[in-house]
Amino acid sequence: MSTDYRPMWKELGLDLDAHDALLGVLGPLYQQTFMTQPNRPDGMKYFDFVMSEVHGLRIQELVEARKAGRKVVGAFCTFVPEEIVLALDGILVGLCAGAEFATGEAEKHLPRNTCALIKGAFGFALARVCPYVSASDVIVGENTCDGKKKSYEIFRDLVPRLHVMDIPQVKSPEGRALMRAEFARFVAFLEQITGRDMNVESLKRGIAAVNAKRAAMHRLARLRAADPAPISGLDGLLMNQVYFYDDPARFTGSVNAICDELEQRIARQEGVVRKGTPRILVSGCPMAVPNWKLPSIIEGTGAVIVGEESCVGERGTQALTDDTGRTVDELLDAIVDRYLKIDCAIFTPNDSRVEHILAMAGSLKADGVVHYGLQFCSPYQIEAGPVEKRLEKEGLPTLRIDTDYGQEDVGQIRTRVEAFIERLRG
Amino acid sequence: MLSAGIDIGSRAIKLVLARDGCPVHEAVVDTGTDPLSACRRLLCDFTCDQVTCTGYGRHLFQEHWPDAKVISEIKAVAAGATTLVPGCRTIVDIGGQDSKAIALDPAGKVQKFVMNDRCAAGTGQFLEMMATALGCSREAFVHAALRASQGRKLSSMCSVFAQSEVVSLIARGAPRDEMALGVHQSIASRTAVLAGGVPLEAPLVFTGGCARNECLVRLISEALRLPVHVPVSPQTVAALGCALHSVA
Repeated sequence: MSTDYRPMWKELGLDLDAHDALLGVLGPLYQQTFMTQPNRPDGMKYFDFVMSEVHGLRIQELVEARKAGRKVVGAFCTFVPEEIVLALDGILVGLCAGAEFATGEAEKHLPRNTCALIKGAFGFALARVCPYVSASDVIVGENTCDGKKKSYEIFRDLVPRLHVMDIPQVKSPEGRALMRAEFARFVAFLEQITGRDMNVESLKRGIAAVNAKRAAMHRLARLRAADPAPISGLDGLLMNQVYFYDDPARFTGSVNAICDELEQRIARQEGVVRKGTPRILVSGCPMAVPNWKLPSIIEGTGAVIVGEESCVGERGTQALTDDTGRTVDELLDAIVDRYLKIDCAIFTPNDSRVEHILAMAGSLKADGVVHYGLQFCSPYQIEAGPVEKRLEKEGLPTLRIDTDYGQEDVGQIRTRVEAFIERLRG
Repeated sequence: MLSAGIDIGSRAIKLVLARDGCPVHEAVVDTGTDPLSACRRLLCDFTCDQVTCTGYGRHLFQEHWPDAKVISEIKAVAAGATTLVPGCRTIVDIGGQDSKAIALDPAGKVQKFVMNDRCAAGTGQFLEMMATALGCSREAFVHAALRASQGRKLSSMCSVFAQSEVVSLIARGAPRDEMALGVHQSIASRTAVLAGGVPLEAPLVFTGGCARNECLVRLISEALRLPVHVPVSPQTVAALGCALHSVA
């Protein structure tokens, strides 16, 4: 980083020493995880740049946008409708939750057996090292799992402003009505803080921007079906992670640029690994930056990850929002229909998820599935059993890994992943 | 051709040498704090054409023996067990710090496997800690368990909690033999739960250092309701699998 962002960080109220310590860990971890990969697409340089500036240039953009009167909305979850935020000229950003930081501080507020993602979010906020929290005008929480919804009750006192959306647990007409009412309440809330009114044109613009971003990710997913894999799973995951931080139009352009490059690679039968390399679909809990632990292990054993059935992945990006509505109400209906399709494990039943995993495994030609459960994440850990049974029954070898952000089980996970890859190789 | 299989486990390093596919030598030493030197001492007297390694130290080993092949413990123990018990369909392996259950297809290929989570509950290390808590040597601990007519099962398998539970049982005057049996029963039922994660079919082979424990063998057979085959040298099965893998 050439620019000195310290005055900006100081103004945002970050703890500069703690923040230096965080960046001191992140930089080398990124180098070691991403820059050592062979034969990366050229277009990944953009994402390397974004990551090197994730606490710098991007934050500066947010600060400048706020000066120009735009509102920044921070969120932790893929249920927060970006279309609506963009329609009111807001900016939606993901908040830091992908690493252990100030766990001791977080545990002053939360039980130790809280999932690492929630503890990470608290740790980052409490230690004042997440510039996205500081740069947000409002943070949007969602009543998804028990852990999150109860944590938001405590989080409310730690951040300047929190808006909590209720999320249905059943995909029924009543559940849909609840989501519709909550999205309408979110619109009203944002209209109030932005001083703007929602209209058909602005909402259509919002839908178009988010759909373009999703369509680019769909295109990427189709290209990842090629054998040899034209891009590593780590780089694929990284793009899915940057999805939550970057300017939507610029992100879309950069993903499409990589896709152009991958198409050429595929035409030349070129890949990041040899043809016939075991292909893995990762399914389960979200992996927020810098949670690259399990993908690093998997790809370190010589396999390649071809897709992520995850909120930071295809579960989050899968369906487009229908943009044909003629009124704000019709468009909001379409947005609700789209978000209700998310196969999050908070829904009961959640049968569509396993169908989606099977469909992804088929189209991406995956040889096996690694199910990633974050320890103490009951929804996904409980769902993992039936999912594994069904996938095995359909002839799709499945390995279940339950872990967190700690490093002490890397050896054990590696053993299991290696044995799983041996099983796939037969 | 002389091939070596070396299994660098958390508690012990096991070596098997095979000449043209027939085991001719085996050795077991403590892993200690310097596993590489232990490996060097084990191998220094032999000129091997091929070395295959497994176990927690396998990647460290390969860094220093770049020609060595690396396979996972699962593959290694499967190869060893199917050689010793042809047609073997299930393997339960309990080592120093992990336990696993492996289902094999009729051709001996790994069909499914499960392993314990990060903690060492229900493994050899847990047994050792409980023996220490009861003031016994390993052998005396097993004999005490075999003598007991009934067991005092522990409610916790966390070694820290289990240790304080043992302390409070001692304080209440519980007989040592019954506590020793209880510890074994706890491990057997935990292993049965783990093994329930794979299809269980006979013949079942019990391997790993803990398969030398007579009491555990009996209890695991009861818990799984299957006869249990224990190889003559259950601790070296993975090393044997490696030695034979070298040939293949």
